[in-house]
Amino acid sequence: MRSVIFRAVAPFLTSLMVLFSIFVLLRGHNEPGGGFIGGLVAVSALAVYGIACGVETVRRAIYFHPMAIAGAGLFAATIAGLISMAARVPFMTGLWVYPSLLGVEVPLSTVMLFDCGVYLVVVGAISSIALSLEERGGE
Amino acid sequence: MAVSTSPLADLSAALVLEPVAAADWLVILPVAWCLAFGALLVMLRRPIGLHPFIAVAGLAGLVVIDGLLLQHVIANGPVTMVMGRWLPPFGIAFTVDLTGALFALVASIVAFAGGIYSLADINDSGRRYGFYPFLMLLMAGVSGAFLTGDIFNLYVWFEVLLISSFGLIVLGSEREQIDGAVKYGFLNLVATTLFLIATGYLYASFGTLNMADIARKAEGLRGTAPLMTLTTLFLLAFGMKAAAFPVNFWLPASYHTPRVVVSALFAGLLTKVGIYALIRVTVMLLPLEREELSFVIAAVGALTMLVGVFGALAQSDFRRMLGYLVISGIGSILAGIAVGGPGGIGGAIFYALHSMLVMTALYFASGVAAKLGGSFSLSSLAGLYRRHVGFAAISLMLAFAVSGLPPFSGFWPKVMLVKAALDIGAWWLAAALLVTGFLTTIATGRFFLLAYWRDAAEGEGATAEARIPAVILLPLAALTLLTLGIGLYPEPLLSTIQNAAAGLSEPSSYLNSVFPGAAR
Repeated sequence: MRSVIFRAVAPFLTSLMVLFSIFVLLRGHNEPGGGFIGGLVAVSALAVYGIACGVETVRRAIYFHPMAIAGAGLFAATIAGLISMAARVPFMTGLWVYPSLLGVEVPLSTVMLFDCGVYLVVVGAISSIALSLEERGGE
Repeated sequence: MAVSTSPLADLSAALVLEPVAAADWLVILPVAWCLAFGALLVMLRRPIGLHPFIAVAGLAGLVVIDGLLLQHVIANGPVTMVMGRWLPPFGIAFTVDLTGALFALVASIVAFAGGIYSLADINDSGRRYGFYPFLMLLMAGVSGAFLTGDIFNLYVWFEVLLISSFGLIVLGSEREQIDGAVKYGFLNLVATTLFLIATGYLYASFGTLNMADIARKAEGLRGTAPLMTLTTLFLLAFGMKAAAFPVNFWLPASYHTPRVVVSALFAGLLTKVGIYALIRVTVMLLPLEREELSFVIAAVGALTMLVGVFGALAQSDFRRMLGYLVISGIGSILAGIAVGGPGGIGGAIFYALHSMLVMTALYFASGVAAKLGGSFSLSSLAGLYRRHVGFAAISLMLAFAVSGLPPFSGFWPKVMLVKAALDIGAWWLAAALLVTGFLTTIATGRFFLLAYWRDAAEGEGATAEARIPAVILLPLAALTLLTLGIGLYPEPLLSTIQNAAAGLSEPSSYLNSVFPGAAR
């Protein structure tokens, strides 16, 4: 698997896939996509990178331990639910703000924070499994 | 796309529009609290030494939250919060009545005691395996199961606690533990799958998953829907979770393998979640079907009691014996569910709460005994009385409590159950309860005689630790005092439990809390 072509292309492929996964994540509110599927795309990107350049490189590249990423995602999702407490609405109610950024309206919401949490949980948990499987593949 | 300029439709038909009182947040807070702490602990991988303190602080907070929740429910009746403010039955409702709040509070007390005990039982490698994050996530699952008002959501919390318990049971990855974990995991997955199938069947028949909605629709569907099939499926699924005879074999095969604190938490929490779900479904949702099945449940209960206690008599390992005593207790609770009525259901709830406290304390005691005597096995465990008189006294009190002798917490629920069984003329069930109590006394007495009063052989046990750390004795003594306190002064708990049982058999206030104004 470690052909020169693959190793040369893998970083570009990975960055494209990660970018695409973020696109899928943000698109997911009303159209197909979302945190779960976006997270899976991101994990495939990391897996491709791992196959091409080795698991150690991937672990260095994502800096945090995969399980810590998953924990952060779970934390973000919980916080997204708890924000409703301040607005005196039930747990997990979607709340929106529309700040104007350079004349463009940017809708931000607790739903999006929750979805980002799901994304991180999926990235962390699945990449933790994928990386340890690749490590023990013993090539 | 969500756009700020969208015209406002009439939202009152779909959403809860009145603001939520801060006190109502107590309904969801136990779950959110545990999830947040669990997530935090998963993130903190490096400073492993901080884990115990964060977790114990979190569990202490959980006890406070659950206490406030119980107080709120006692004062105001059942409380409901729907997620994302979608009106029930479409939004997932968390509805807490007295039963749920009582179970949640006792579970949090048990978990807090376990958290303190773990300070001396879980070493660095256990921490690195993630004991504390798993513990917090387990509590999220347990609290969610007790507090939710939606049957599919109940299934989800079952999964959460099951997955966390897998993590806890293999902690250490020893050969014996993997063996126990495989049996535990496989049979629990079968039970969970049955639960899921039953839930799918229920949804197909009722078109709703909200418990209050099911309870009010059951009346109209009796003629057409296969409610007996459903109830039987739920009985099997939850019976398996609760380790009722004849699907109890996973429990003695696995509960003696993990760390002591893990066994203690499992014995206190997991089977009781199954029992709680069984009470909720059979008593509140499908009461007439429970009536129909009452003989089956009673027979299963009596057999579970006897199988459990005979198993306990035959064991020579402290923790294996306790595993069988857990099963025997489940039998007594099932007897209460079978008898029904305020006495039976109240007795079942009371017995379940008592069993949570006492079984956890007994597992703690087995850990202390192993530290003092160097073994769990009766053949080498001896002379504990001489080593530590205070601990022997605590153990004796716990042995009385689990046998249902006064003045401990086991006495009152036994009285309620026996009386309820005699009231409906089920003398054989009452006899089974009494014989079980008697045999439990013999089983624990035999253990006490051999392990505590028998003199240790010369030179044996000299290597065992003589000093027991306070963090181990403290939760053990606290739980024992709690059972003594409940036994001596049962009145407040008893009246709350009677109200809880009444609220289950006549759930109008529960329904009103979910569907306000929809008088029926």
